[in-house]
Amino acid sequence: MVKVLKSLGVEVDFIEEQTCCGQPAFNSGYQDDARAVAERFLSIFDKALNDESGKDAYIVCPSGSCTSMVKVFYEELFKNSPELLNKVRNVSQKTFEFSEFLIKVLNTVDVGAGYKGVVTYHDSCHLLRELGVKDGPRELIKSVKGVKFKEMELHDACCGFGGTFSIKFPKVSVSMLEEKIECIINSGADTLVSADMGCLMNIVGALSRREIPVKVMHLAELLASRG
Amino acid sequence: MGFEEVRFEQDSEKAIHNKPLQKALVNVTNRFRTARNKASEDVPNWDNLRAAAREIKKETIENLDKYLLMLEERVKRAGGKVHWAKDAEEASQIIVNIAREGNVKSVVKSKSMATEEIELNNSFEDAGIKVIETDLGEYIIQLAGEHPSHIIAPAIHKTKEDISKLFSAKLGIPRYDKPEELTKVAREILRSEFLNADMGVSGANFAVAETGTIVVVENEGNARLTTTVPKIHVALVGIEKLIPRYEDLSLFLTVLARSATGQKSSTYVSFITGPKRSTDIGGPEEFHLVLLDNGRSKILASEETRESLYCIRCGACLNNCPVYRKVGGHSYGWVYSGPIGAIITPQLMGIDKAPELPFASSLCGACKDVCPVKIDFPKILLELRKNVVESKKGSTGIGERFGIRLWRFTVEHESIYKITNKLSYYFQLPWKGRNGKLNSLPYPFSRWTDQRDFPAVAKKTFRERWKNNKGETG
Repeated sequence: MVKVLKSLGVEVDFIEEQTCCGQPAFNSGYQDDARAVAERFLSIFDKALNDESGKDAYIVCPSGSCTSMVKVFYEELFKNSPELLNKVRNVSQKTFEFSEFLIKVLNTVDVGAGYKGVVTYHDSCHLLRELGVKDGPRELIKSVKGVKFKEMELHDACCGFGGTFSIKFPKVSVSMLEEKIECIINSGADTLVSADMGCLMNIVGALSRREIPVKVMHLAELLASRG
Repeated sequence: MGFEEVRFEQDSEKAIHNKPLQKALVNVTNRFRTARNKASEDVPNWDNLRAAAREIKKETIENLDKYLLMLEERVKRAGGKVHWAKDAEEASQIIVNIAREGNVKSVVKSKSMATEEIELNNSFEDAGIKVIETDLGEYIIQLAGEHPSHIIAPAIHKTKEDISKLFSAKLGIPRYDKPEELTKVAREILRSEFLNADMGVSGANFAVAETGTIVVVENEGNARLTTTVPKIHVALVGIEKLIPRYEDLSLFLTVLARSATGQKSSTYVSFITGPKRSTDIGGPEEFHLVLLDNGRSKILASEETRESLYCIRCGACLNNCPVYRKVGGHSYGWVYSGPIGAIITPQLMGIDKAPELPFASSLCGACKDVCPVKIDFPKILLELRKNVVESKKGSTGIGERFGIRLWRFTVEHESIYKITNKLSYYFQLPWKGRNGKLNSLPYPFSRWTDQRDFPAVAKKTFRERWKNNKGETG
């Protein structure tokens, strides 16, 4: 992601203090713990935005899930803390998922990438349904030189990850995953691209266990390819 | 359905290994889903309709006391009787008493989730009153002694062969293999049951406050017979089924039929206002409306989850749920399944009875996207998860609590976070497999690695790469 952004002339900084947005605890029902971690996130990034107040500064995240935590669920998490809602709004309106940032803020579809392969795209649930991002990643993929794009069946069905869901109900999770794997194979693609680490980890975990020769890449990795 | 406790993990695994069920689930949910998608795309302003339906439901639920009293008054004015039931037991008692007073020997029923909820059939049987389900799916599962596994298609877990065997065994008839033949058998039996019944019991899809009208939607015609042929008609209706105005029906009937089966309109829509009038040729002499609470007022009291009561029981969330599509209805442990079951069962029965259900979702949100009243399922699931954690029930045991504490401590301290990242590279080495991934981790992570590899932690952390190359990191 850093490589792609830099190649497009964006000045990139990484705040080393940052750790997590709090989603794992929030989704597991531990809202107090989530709130503490999220407050930490908020104050770090609110400060960073203020420090860069003269510039056109954004927070870019290579995950639809983490981004939706900040942009959608922080409002819910902090609904009883009106003193923090300003921070929530300030940070969330400046936060963008990677593909959305390229398209909406940088107005870029072709990032000059090249990759030889047949690519299919898995819609991650939070990116698709919470953030409403559907066409952007596909346009970005199709603009990569040498890529042939193939849509799979059930491209918008959950891969079965769902955070702790994947270990609370592993059999259910894997049976959802197997359906996804079948769709990937049937698409004829040799490369699967998605924009969320959770889904990628889940999908690649099953592909490698079953020794299925489909490459798995984050969208940023594909866009950084110069092949 | 005898409700004891939900055993989602156990039951879902059984369902996953049940091959005919898996096939049936794919077929049925695909059919419903395709039909719904087409039916909703045919309406140019579909999302506006959903938003409007949600607004009306919101208004109704926020003013439920007012509308319920209005409904009561209008039903009475039309000559009907109104009964209030605080729970399942009281509702069953009221209905059995009505039957006893009317000297009822035989009851026909049309499909109703509320009657499933209160296990009305058991109460009739205990009282020595014969009761027959007349919806074909319900008739099948009544014969089998089972419970519905889908809100609108109760017998989808049964194959054609299952039904053929069942009919032959229970009805003492030869084996018929064609669905048409089986349907004909059921139709002939049910016809005579309709004519002999002294009482018909229905649910309702809507109850219109301003006119005291209950509306029953169906495709088989059995509900129309149930509500018109016997001399007594009892409708059991959850208090959340209200809509304020008659004119709201055009909207609700549109979104219900299209969301449920993808039909433009259901085949039969019956509007019932009180019993037979003096000018009517036919119809029941008595009409009873039994309004069922059974935990609904608890949901009403919760501002966070109140919108669970907006549900119009179309079943679209089931058909679109990737979890339901794998585990089927029975895994949810009670009459309501899929996403709607996951949110209302714990609320109606008490969170301690079904602590697994709010977690039985990957939070993918597909349910919310298709819900005709835009219920925010993920939000409610998250709220219920919080309640489970606070009540310290279910799978959220000490181990998980400790894990979350440890995680929190780590991510709250950058230095520890960095060390943990670094150390996990070394800790993982014993589990690293030949393909460079982690193939079998200890419990609870074994629940991941039993069927999937886990990616190995890189030797160099992102932070190290960032420091070294300032931006040349990939």
